[in-house]
Amino acid sequence: MNMIELEINGIPVSVKPGTSLINAAKLVGVKIPTLCYHSDLEPWAACGICVVKVEGSPKMLRACATAAGPGMKVTTHDPEIVNVRRTVLELILSTHPNDCLQCSRNRNCELQTLAEEFGIREVPFEKRLRDLPVDNSTTSIVLNPEKCIACGRCAKVCQNMQGVWALEFIGRGEKTRIAPAADVTLDESPCIKCGQCTAHCPVGAIYEKDQTREVWNAIEENKKHCVVQIAPAVRVAIGEAFGYEPGEVLTGQLYAALRRLGFNAVFDTNFTADLTIMEEGAEFVRRMTEGGVLPQITSCCPAWTDYMEKFSPDFIPNFSTAKSPQQMLGAMAKTYYAQKAGVDPKNMYVVSVMPCTAKKFEVSRCETMTSSGFQDVDVSITTRELARMIKQAGIDFRNLPNEEPDSLLAEYSGAGTIFGVTGGVMEAALRSAYFLITKEDLKDVHFMDVRGMKGVKAAEVDIKGTKIRVAVAHQMGNVEMLLNQIREAKAKGEETPFHFIEVMACRGGCIGGGGQPHGATDAIRAKRTAGIYTDDEKSVRRCSHHNPMIKKIYEDFLGKPLGHKAHELLHTGYQERKVYKK
Amino acid sequence: MSKNKLPDELLRFIDEWKDKRGNLIMVLHQVQEHFGYIPREVAFEVADLLNVPVAKIYGVITFYHLFKLTKPGRNRIAVCMGTACYLKGGEDIILELERLLGVGINTVTPDGEFSMEAVRCIGCCGLAPVMTINGEVYGNVKKAELTKILKKVKGGK
Amino acid sequence: MKFTRDTLKTHRDSLRVVKARTTVLVGMGTCGIAAGAKAAFQTLEKAIADKGLQDVVLKRTGCLGLCFAEPTVEVKNANGTSTVYGNVDAAFAERIVTEHLATGTPLTENVYEQPAADLFDEDAAPLKQMRIALRNCAIINPEMIDEYIARDGYAALEKALFEMTPDEVVKEVTDSGLRGRGGAGFPTGRKWMFTKNTPADQKYIVCNADEGDPGAYMDRSVLEGDPHSVLEAMAVAGYTVGANQGFIYIRAEYPLAIDRLNLAIKQAKECGLLGEKILGTDFSFDIELRLGAGAFVCGEETALLASIEGNRGMPVPRPPFPAVKGLWGKPTVINNVETYATIPMILLKGSKWFNSIGTATSKGTKVFAVTGKIKNSGLIEVPMGITLREIIYNICGGIASGKKFKAAQTGGPSGGCITAAFLDTPIDYESLQSIGSMMGSGGMIIMDEDDCMVDVTKFYLEFTVDESCGKCAPCRIGGRTCYNILDRISKGKGQPDDLQKLKDIGHAMRKASLCGLGQTAPNPFMSTMKYFEEEYRAHIEDKKCPAGKCKDLLTYTIDEAKCVGCTACARRCPVSCISGQVKKLHVIDQSKCIKCGQCYEACKFDAVKKG
Ligand SMILES: Cc1cc2nc3c(=O)[nH]c(=O)nc-3n(C[C@H](O)[C@H](O)[C@H](O)COP(=O)(O)O)c2cc1C
Ligand code: SF4
Ligand code: SF4
Ligand code: SF4
Ligand code: SF4
Ligand code: SF4
Ligand code: SF4
Ligand code: SF4
Ligand code: SF4
Ligand code: FES
Ligand code: FES
Ligand code: FES
Repeated sequence: MNMIELEINGIPVSVKPGTSLINAAKLVGVKIPTLCYHSDLEPWAACGICVVKVEGSPKMLRACATAAGPGMKVTTHDPEIVNVRRTVLELILSTHPNDCLQCSRNRNCELQTLAEEFGIREVPFEKRLRDLPVDNSTTSIVLNPEKCIACGRCAKVCQNMQGVWALEFIGRGEKTRIAPAADVTLDESPCIKCGQCTAHCPVGAIYEKDQTREVWNAIEENKKHCVVQIAPAVRVAIGEAFGYEPGEVLTGQLYAALRRLGFNAVFDTNFTADLTIMEEGAEFVRRMTEGGVLPQITSCCPAWTDYMEKFSPDFIPNFSTAKSPQQMLGAMAKTYYAQKAGVDPKNMYVVSVMPCTAKKFEVSRCETMTSSGFQDVDVSITTRELARMIKQAGIDFRNLPNEEPDSLLAEYSGAGTIFGVTGGVMEAALRSAYFLITKEDLKDVHFMDVRGMKGVKAAEVDIKGTKIRVAVAHQMGNVEMLLNQIREAKAKGEETPFHFIEVMACRGGCIGGGGQPHGATDAIRAKRTAGIYTDDEKSVRRCSHHNPMIKKIYEDFLGKPLGHKAHELLHTGYQERKVYKK
Repeated sequence: MSKNKLPDELLRFIDEWKDKRGNLIMVLHQVQEHFGYIPREVAFEVADLLNVPVAKIYGVITFYHLFKLTKPGRNRIAVCMGTACYLKGGEDIILELERLLGVGINTVTPDGEFSMEAVRCIGCCGLAPVMTINGEVYGNVKKAELTKILKKVKGGK
Repeated sequence: MKFTRDTLKTHRDSLRVVKARTTVLVGMGTCGIAAGAKAAFQTLEKAIADKGLQDVVLKRTGCLGLCFAEPTVEVKNANGTSTVYGNVDAAFAERIVTEHLATGTPLTENVYEQPAADLFDEDAAPLKQMRIALRNCAIINPEMIDEYIARDGYAALEKALFEMTPDEVVKEVTDSGLRGRGGAGFPTGRKWMFTKNTPADQKYIVCNADEGDPGAYMDRSVLEGDPHSVLEAMAVAGYTVGANQGFIYIRAEYPLAIDRLNLAIKQAKECGLLGEKILGTDFSFDIELRLGAGAFVCGEETALLASIEGNRGMPVPRPPFPAVKGLWGKPTVINNVETYATIPMILLKGSKWFNSIGTATSKGTKVFAVTGKIKNSGLIEVPMGITLREIIYNICGGIASGKKFKAAQTGGPSGGCITAAFLDTPIDYESLQSIGSMMGSGGMIIMDEDDCMVDVTKFYLEFTVDESCGKCAPCRIGGRTCYNILDRISKGKGQPDDLQKLKDIGHAMRKASLCGLGQTAPNPFMSTMKYFEEEYRAHIEDKKCPAGKCKDLLTYTIDEAKCVGCTACARRCPVSCISGQVKKLHVIDQSKCIKCGQCYEACKFDAVKKG
């Protein structure tokens, strides 16, 4: 490839064609300030903070959106550039509330950071705030348009990455705001609660609905028996809130921290991930062998389920009826564990810690979420919320010992942990499906074809002569292509192109979930993913069906996969939903 | 929502434009031409027919000043507030019309007869100040003539 | 019938067999119609029929550009002389027939000067104006393709297709020195070359007919008066760069232009001058219209493309330029209406001819819409290099009502003002820029001593604030902040550091705004603050508006020496705050006065003072 030679601040650099000036500048040790730019997205070039001078151009150019060109001479900062940037920042601040103390992004906000770096002490221009109502209609996310700086990231994420189009710029000029169409609330909009907008917003204008207060209250209530579970992807990301590198596997510390917060029992969603595989795997084998509807499609991502119910209800018969690991754990806690521990489920309070905002919605998404006779999971908080709780409690996370979880609902296999990444559910399912079909165990449990960041991954797996075609999609917007491929085959009366499909709404899977610590980029996702696979590698058991506690729960309580009790507690159903409720 | 809500000619137009790229604005023009504004249920139906997200449609409607989401008056007055007309007293025309109609700019009179808005140059600056009523251009408008013009327009319908 | 090269020639020749007949041309652009041209036309039609005048031809045309005298009628006498009548109402139209046409002796009233000589008329004496882009306006009937063909219409396309390679066309356009008339003045030939040299399976030609500048209507006039010239040039551009599809993005506020374009496209297709296999060659080219919907920013080329694509018209950064990556990501030539209208003449008369007109860097002619406080407001086409003084005083008759010239705003709301000191600066792209204004698209608004620069600047800014797409922070927020500062200055609430604030924000807007709208929005206040600093200071420090325009800074008083006690003022005052007995001195109660100025208008004795 022909490299492009240019000069940045007088220093020669050579970059691949298409490299933006922002990235080229990094090579000479300069970080150009940005506000609207996010590496996941095409540069929208709105804010005007990243301007630089390019010799020969009378205007300043936006470094985020300008590709390095041969022979360019770029100046990234001089007094004039710094002044212009400061004025732009002051203008933005003049329409922004001074609300940092009460803001979800306090000390972790791109605007606040810039204001600090530019040493802004007062804004010379008149303050004009926009009196727009906060939208907290959904179970999961809150939109506060007053804090919005119109960077466009959320809309681009929602439209282009997620393909949902819940959010759009509405209005023009200074009246431009981010909102759902036709004056509906977010809850009435097609929003699938994936929370990717919250993960990408540079400021505190869209954020997770904070439910830590509810959790504290439950812990405080003496007669409540508080049970907590942590999802696979939480353990590799929570550390980011405490100064660890992304991807550090902190399961033991997490158990310790949760116990110190005052939970009566600490469980692990990885356990029910194994359980999900048992049910979903059995379901798949049954569909394969008994001529059920194919492809079978995973249903453990609630944002994806919501999407399917709204946009592609024709796939309802294809959906695995197995509940998600979060919901299975809730159901098992309030039945099996309650029995064993002698706790009245009425007094049990199940909290889950998830990388996900959609999980907040899932806990009450339909009536099967109360299979124990009570709401199976009482509240679902995100990784970010848990990090705050740990800080509120003053727990010195970095110096916590590794602790063990409570027994019964915590032991997990490598297959359970990889649920946290794209391709993980598929890989876990294949590891067990192989066994279920052949009654033999795999020698090599790695299915490399379903790993990685490609939007749609397809593979053919040979299970002793049975060819199983699988596909994995992540990042909601990538799924439509896959569905259309199936629809077309169906319309033509052809054989289904795939037998088994995994879908996760977030880029990279749950490690990139909408409730994870802010600032995820592909580099950070890669580290979290690596953490997950490390956790898998170091597990003694790599397949769900090898998990002794799983065997035990079937023996003690559930009977057999897809059995009557399992059906009652571990399965759910789907229904078509209107895209616009109002 | 039923497909039958849209008049045939609109459906024909949409059909004709359905497969053309960048059809949305042209279709919205046609909708507005027909209804005088873009009714909510029609916007939803257009989304359906063109297979465009509703949010995109509203993004577009609210971006362009010509598109209206509420029903205008039977007679639509547009007073030019372009530079030439401003310098020649366009603002006074608006004030006088507000006085005569008893309602402010961008509102419909209670009897639904008139609505008034300020528009940008309509390209007849040589005749400034200029206004249009239902598309017909009035040049060199004088405050004193307004009552007569309004009467004529109202009577003419 | 679909023409081939040969049949087109024969057809054109046949059309040229002119019969010496009297022709009556009625200017029927939107402007003329608004002024009553329809009534004039109907009267003429009826009177001619009544009189049985057999060899008088009555025609609708586009407009002459004499907006101040609309409706206008031109009588071309059989002997080659011609008379232009203005302000032709029905009664006068009747007289034109009964007196002029019937007797052959022109009337002496309502006669106006012929604005420009016909380019095609070899013997015509040179006049002040020179019409290239407007060559056919007010001469042909825009609704009849034959009239265009007769005046060498589609000959340039024919020449390009049969006698020139695309490279030769690019060279001819480049050599002519033609620069884009939409505002930025980018060399048209170079733009075409970029697109031509970018390999792609599909390319597009786009005509920018958004004409959003208030006070500008050059493009409307061309489209209403000579739509084929634009179609022809777009086809030439298509042939040159290898595009087979064109789009005209036209504002919906121009219904007549839209109708005439649609008709012209239909006619051109029927004649094989657009559509499949043009003139029997392998070149096919189609044109469709796309309508704007009330967004000035859609004149900006990337926003325009977004709008054609059916999206919100929000600009995107350049590079990449549309010439390389434009409509749906394909190489796209975007030119302005007037730019296109000029092209056929360049091909027919040669780059040398065009290049000889104008200044060193700005070639050819430019159409201006001269409006505001000018006596003869209208549309003019003049060679580049002409001075503002010539335009105002020689062509347009000076300032209306004999007041003093104060400033001219060129470049629309994002341009700058030119003061009396620069009346003799030759008008071209560079010199206008050097004095803080810009060529812009051709709107030229003349202001006199009654206009307050703070007020006008505030007006311009209100426009850009209203039209900002809202994408980028400097323009979206900076514009409103500056407007509010100007607003408070105009209300006597200005603060000492306001001018500095305006400068700071203005600088940031110029440098950090994404598109031309935000980059140029500060021009009006940056230029007026420079040339009229005193006037700003008067508002801020003395709380006075020297031009007597800013309402909140005015006080109305009655001059004891002049008041005769006629009571006219008191009767007009809407809040009854003027007291005084008949034939006695009247007094205004300042605490109640709402500064409406009615008393000032009412007093016949010049006794009410404004200040
Ligand atoms: C805010 C803005 C508005 C514009 N409006 C117009 C317009 O109405 N008509 C036009 O021809 N060019 C307009 N332009 C200039 C176009 O972006 C573009 O430069 C031009 O159409 C190119 O054609 P030309 O090279 O023939 O001038 C505008 C530019 C800006 C920044
Ligand atoms: S969004 Fe950022 S700058 Fe704004 S209030 Fe919150 S923390 Fe402060
Ligand atoms: S940072 Fe400043 S404003 Fe915020 S809490 Fe501390 S002292 Fe108060
Ligand atoms: S949560 Fe997901 S679907 Fe909902 S608005 Fe945000 S990005 Fe869009
Ligand atoms: S809500 Fe956040 S992400 Fe969305 S536009 Fe506003 S600031 Fe940007
Ligand atoms: S991928 Fe994971 S984090 Fe994202 S919405 Fe689905 S379940 Fe939640
Ligand atoms: S400068 Fe103004 S009009 Fe242009 S992109 Fe920015 S906000 Fe929009
Ligand atoms: S300016 Fe108006 S309110 Fe004041 S005295 Fe004169 S007429 Fe009365
Ligand atoms: S109109 Fe003039 S002269 Fe008459 S009373 Fe008023 S101020 Fe005096
Ligand atoms: S970061 Fe480049 S414009 Fe916002
Ligand atoms: S400014 Fe009013 S018509 Fe142009
Ligand atoms: S006479 Fe037509 S533009 Fe004025």
